Order: sequence, then C-alpha cells, then structure tokens
Amino acid sequence: MGGVKQFLSHFFVTGPFEIGGDVSIGLVSLAILFVLTRYKLWGWLWRNWLTSVDHKKIGIMYMLAALLMLFRGGVDALMIRTQLALPNSQFLGAEHYDQIFTTHGTIMILFMAMPFIFAMMNIVVPLQLGARDVAFPYLNAISFWLFFFGAMLLNISFVIGGSPDAGWVNYPPLAELQFSPGPGDNFYLLSILISGIGSVATGINFLVTILKMRAPGMSLMKMPMFSWAVFATCIDIIFAFPALTIALGLEFADRILGAHFFTLNGGGNPMMYVNLFWMWGHPEVYIVILPAFGIYSEVVATFSRKRLFGYTAMVTSLLLIAIASYFVWLHHFFTMGAGADVNTFFAIASMFIAIPTGVKIFNWLFTMFRGRIRMTIPMMWVIAFIPNFVIGGSTGVMLAAAPADYQYHNSYFLVAHFHQVLIGGVVYGMLAGMYYWWPKMFGFILEERFAKWGFWLFNIGFYVCFMPQYPLGLMGMTRRMYTYPAGLGWSSLNMISTVGAFVMGIGFIFIVLNIVSSIRHPVKDTTGDPWDARTLEWSLPSPAPHYNFARIPVIDSRDQWWEMKQKGMTKPDDSTPLAPIHMPKNSGKPFIMGVLFFIAGFGFVFNWYVLAGLGLLGVVITLFARSFDYDTDYYIPVDEVKHSEAAFGRS
Amino acid sequence: MTDKDQTIVTAGGHGRFPWSHVIGYIFSLVLTLVALLMVINHVASGGMLLFVILLLATIQIFIQLFFFMHITEKHGPAYHIITLAVALFFTFAIIAGSLWIMTFTQLSS
Repeated sequence: MGGVKQFLSHFFVTGPFEIGGDVSIGLVSLAILFVLTRYKLWGWLWRNWLTSVDHKKIGIMYMLAALLMLFRGGVDALMIRTQLALPNSQFLGAEHYDQIFTTHGTIMILFMAMPFIFAMMNIVVPLQLGARDVAFPYLNAISFWLFFFGAMLLNISFVIGGSPDAGWVNYPPLAELQFSPGPGDNFYLLSILISGIGSVATGINFLVTILKMRAPGMSLMKMPMFSWAVFATCIDIIFAFPALTIALGLEFADRILGAHFFTLNGGGNPMMYVNLFWMWGHPEVYIVILPAFGIYSEVVATFSRKRLFGYTAMVTSLLLIAIASYFVWLHHFFTMGAGADVNTFFAIASMFIAIPTGVKIFNWLFTMFRGRIRMTIPMMWVIAFIPNFVIGGSTGVMLAAAPADYQYHNSYFLVAHFHQVLIGGVVYGMLAGMYYWWPKMFGFILEERFAKWGFWLFNIGFYVCFMPQYPLGLMGMTRRMYTYPAGLGWSSLNMISTVGAFVMGIGFIFIVLNIVSSIRHPVKDTTGDPWDARTLEWSLPSPAPHYNFARIPVIDSRDQWWEMKQKGMTKPDDSTPLAPIHMPKNSGKPFIMGVLFFIAGFGFVFNWYVLAGLGLLGVVITLFARSFDYDTDYYIPVDEVKHSEAAFGRS
Repeated sequence: MTDKDQTIVTAGGHGRFPWSHVIGYIFSLVLTLVALLMVINHVASGGMLLFVILLLATIQIFIQLFFFMHITEKHGPAYHIITLAVALFFTFAIIAGSLWIMTFTQLSS
C-alpha cells in the first residue's frame, strides 16, 4: 500500500498549480463527455471529424488545436511575466519557473505555430490549386493525429510525471539523465519525435500536391502566392526535420538506452547536439514565417484591389530564403567558440537573408501603393505586421553581426527580437489568414467590433510587452533568469513588460469573444466571395462542398477568379457536363494509430517497455491492416453532385 | 488524384505480390545488421570501420531509391531528379558545415 502511495505521489505532480490543472482538466473532460452523450454526438464526432480525410476538416481541426495551444502557451507566458514583474519575486519556485518557460517555448513553436501553418495549408492549398484534396489524403489524416497526440503527450506532463525543464532547445549536458533525471525530458523527446513524423509527412504531401495536382493550365508561374510560399516551406520541412529527428533520437538513446552521443564522458560531444538542433532550428523559423508571407501576399492584393506587385521577385525571394536558410544555422551559437572564419561565413550568410526579405516588404508596400485599400480585419493585421517585422528584422541583422552577438547572446535583447518576428510575423499572419479564410471554412464572416478590440489590445500590448525587453537585454538581463535583485534599474521596465503581456492576454480573450459572438449571430456569406477576392478558392460556395470543385477549372491567368469576374462571370463555367467524382473514403485508422503512438510514447517516457512495445506493435498492426485495405475510395454519382450544387444555386 | 494516376497505382500495387519491396526490405535489414555486427565485434580499426559503414550506408540509399521509391518510373517532368539534386546539395552543405564548425574541438583539446 505504501509503495502504491509513493508511486502515485511521483506519478501525479502535486502543487497548487498542478492541482488547479487536474481540476480544470477533469472538469473540461467531464463537460465534453456530458455534452457529447447528452446530445448524442459521439457518432457525429467519429464519422464527420475523427475519421475524416477531408483536407478542409483536417485544417479546421489543426486550427482549433493551434488556438487551444496558443491559450496554453499564453498562460505559461503570463506566469513567466508575473514572476518577473517584481524583483526578488517568489510567485513561482525556480524549478517550476524552468518548467514553465520550457513548455512555453516548446508549445508555441511546435504545437501552436506548426499546426497553425498546417491549418492554413490544409484549408487553402487544394482550393487555390483547383484540386479535390491533397495528394495523399489518408497520410494527411495520419499527420494530424500524430501531431495531436504528440501535443497531448507534452501537455499531460504538467500533471503527470512532471514537465521538461531544460529549455525548449533541451541542450545536453543539462538535458541528459545525469542532470535531468525523471520523466520530464522524456516527455519533450517523445512528443516531438511523434509529431515530427507527421510534420515530415505533411511536407511531402503538400510538395507532391503542388507539383502534381494543379488544375490544367496552371503553370508554376500562374500559381497563387500562398501556394508558392507553401512550396518553399515544404522544401524546408522535408530537409530540416530529419536533422531534429536525428538530434532528438540520439538524445533519446542517451537517456533511455544509456548511449553516449552527447554526454560529457564516454566520448560524447554535447556541441554536436547544438549543431544538429539548429540545423533544423533555423530552417524551422522560415518554415513558420514563409506561409505567413504567403498569407500577407494574398490579403494585401485582395484588399488593395491590385494584382500583387513583383510576382516574379516574390517567388525568387521565397526560394532564396528557403535555400539560404540552410546556410545560417551557426548564428544561434556564435559564442560556442568556433573560429573567426566560421563565424564570419555564417554572419554574412545570415545578413544576406535580409535582402530577399526586404524585397518582399517593399513588394507588399508597392502593392498597397495607389491601391484602393479597404481596412478590413485581415488587412489591419497585415499593416500592423510590417513595422513589427521591420524592427524585428533590423534587430536580427544586429544579432547576426558575430562580434556584437557576444554582447546580445541569450540576453533579453534576443528574447525581444525573436518574439517580434515570431509574434509580429507568424502570429499576425496566422490571425490575418484566419480572419480572411474564415468565411470559406464556416460560411459566415467574423464580426468586426470585438475583432477590432482584439486587434488593438493585442497590438498595443505587444509593443508595451516587448519594447522594454530590448533595453533590458542591453542592461544585462539574461533570458531564462528566474528572478533578479532590486536596484539594477530593471524593475520598472520589467513591470511595464508584464503589463503589456496582460494587455495581450486581454486581446486574446477579445479574439475568442469575437469568434463566440460571431457563431451566435453569424453574418452569412451567401456569395462565396465576401471580400471580392482574386484566387480560385473564392469561386466556390462557402463553405466549399466536400468534393471542392464540381468541374475542375481550366486556368489561363494568375488571378484566375478576378479575371473571370472582369469578364462578367459570377460563378465558374458550368457548360461542360458533370462527371462522377473520385474521392477517398474516411478511415478510423489514422486516429487509432495516433492513440497507439501515444501509448508507446507514454511507455517510453516512464521506461515501461512492455507498454511501449505493445503500443509500437499496435502501430505495426495498423500499418498491416491498411496495406490489405483495398476499399479506400469511391465515386460520387453525377446526380448527387447535381443535387448538392443546386443547393448552392449552381448547376 | 486523377484517374490516370489511379491506374498506375493499381498496376503497381494491387495486382501482384510486391516482390521488389520484400527484396529491398531484406537487403536493407542485412546491410544494417552487417554494419551493427562489425561495430559490435570491432572487426577493424576505427577509420577502416567508418569507411565500411559509410559504404554500406551508400549502398542502402541506392537500394531504397530503386526498390521502394520507384526512381526508374517517370510520368511528366523529372521532379525526382531535381529533388535528389537539392537533397544532395543540402546534405553536402550540412556535412561540410558541421565538419568545419566542429574543427574547433580539435584545436582546443
């Protein structure tokens, strides 16, 4: 009995925040179970969502998960800022603080930014290309469920076993067994290894979709800019993620199997981990920013009523950024001590990236120049992004100067810089995309009043929060610092920064309120083209039917839908006869495979190898079962397509 | 997926037993096992072992390309050649860059 008690007290983390976490997780789970059972929604959930291979539904699930994770990571951020608001603060314990900044970083990059870009890719790319789904719809569902269960594995660490606490980069030797015993860092490794499989699969999936599934007539140079951005992103995903998998796989071998790849003794070299990690880590920041660049390009052209300025230059810059991103990784560890020649090469390569990025900024400005600008919510996020990214980019060039970096390295200057590009670049982009494509996803427009409150609070809060962090860094405050003494001149700047963080939090609440109030009083999008936009997805009704296009369109210009409207068309050409539509069937296996991966991962985290083995065996069985599954697709008969098109007022 | 693609998939996948996959799988397993056993039993000096392992790995890359990845099949533009070229380019950059970066450990020890 005593043994069980001891096991449970280690298994479940105890403390005021964790018990709060237990209670809220329990209450939310009970509420979900109650609603699903009370309204008999289990079958609906399983048939329409959990087993779906429809890219639009997978995209929506990615977006909901990303918003949830934004909330979780945001709560972490507020706890960090509360701890730092005053000198000598005892709000959190030191170990607790370490766990919170670790999960904040991990969640925001891997389980918020990544699913948010995957959401936009899934929802938009096939519609823009004139395709009926992605190239491998079943694989797409597997990607989502691996991401989802990977994210869940990391999130339960808060209440079960203890969170990782070696920073979001999980550097050895700190992250090795010797210095971080217990399951915490295993949660980090396993959750990212599992979701990483899904990320690589998504990269391959969208690369193939873009290369092979464009509508007839859409040459690469007639492809909408968002799809081009996703193409560049996929190149980065496919070649960068393996480096992360190797780095974490070897660290996993160190921690679980007793290997010595990165340990201090036994011939290990911790610096090799740093090297491998950033080989992924730098392309990763382009993986999340390039789709945002694509969104800005679409939104800015639509709401300036002009074609995008400098299309060819935009494409060239995207590809240059994607390629150059592989030649800059060392700038994350200039201070490691590699020679002056090495530092010089990577410093110059890093500064070079500012050129294509600058080209893109100017092209967006020139698109707006003499355009008829409409200040809608997506456009406001785009315009707010530009000054943000210019400041973030300039401080980035400062950090790229290797000798100066010895001063900035790991200080709050760096923290302010990467939040400026990741929030001001990625989060603003994803929110712009969410507002822009929301009508295409759900068939109604998000109302503007709360959206504006959300925008202004978030944007003002952002500057109040992060501008003080630049001087704080120059004054010597280092990142991951748990507390600081009074009298260093840091106190008032830290207090201002904390106030800004809470203003951003209130801004987020308004964005959620905005979504809730729009669901309660929806403004229906009846035309399918509420913004008078330019690309193919707006030629479809909102929300798009599950087969997307009743007839695959033939493309002859870049802004196909805009050109069609210029010729006086209000809906796509429907003169050709309909044909039966070939579609993939739903499948429960991707979900089941996600659950099994979760079980295997959980087993490895606690060194319960029987459980881990059973989980992996289950994965293999699922793969076998799929191999012998010949009934994977079907045809929608012409009558059904006619019926469904008629419901949209089309034929 | 267009109907044309579908017929190709069916011809390669559903019709007959996928011998090439099984053979490729066995080859890969054997090559990996040989590498592992050679290292475990220290059959040669460090430099020689490293060379042999790299050789076995290179052979395995080709086996995977031919037996699993259908490198010889082609429809439409030769995207796979471009992709392989990009992959080689990045691989070269990553390996050469890592070796260059890590030279400082020799200098400092």
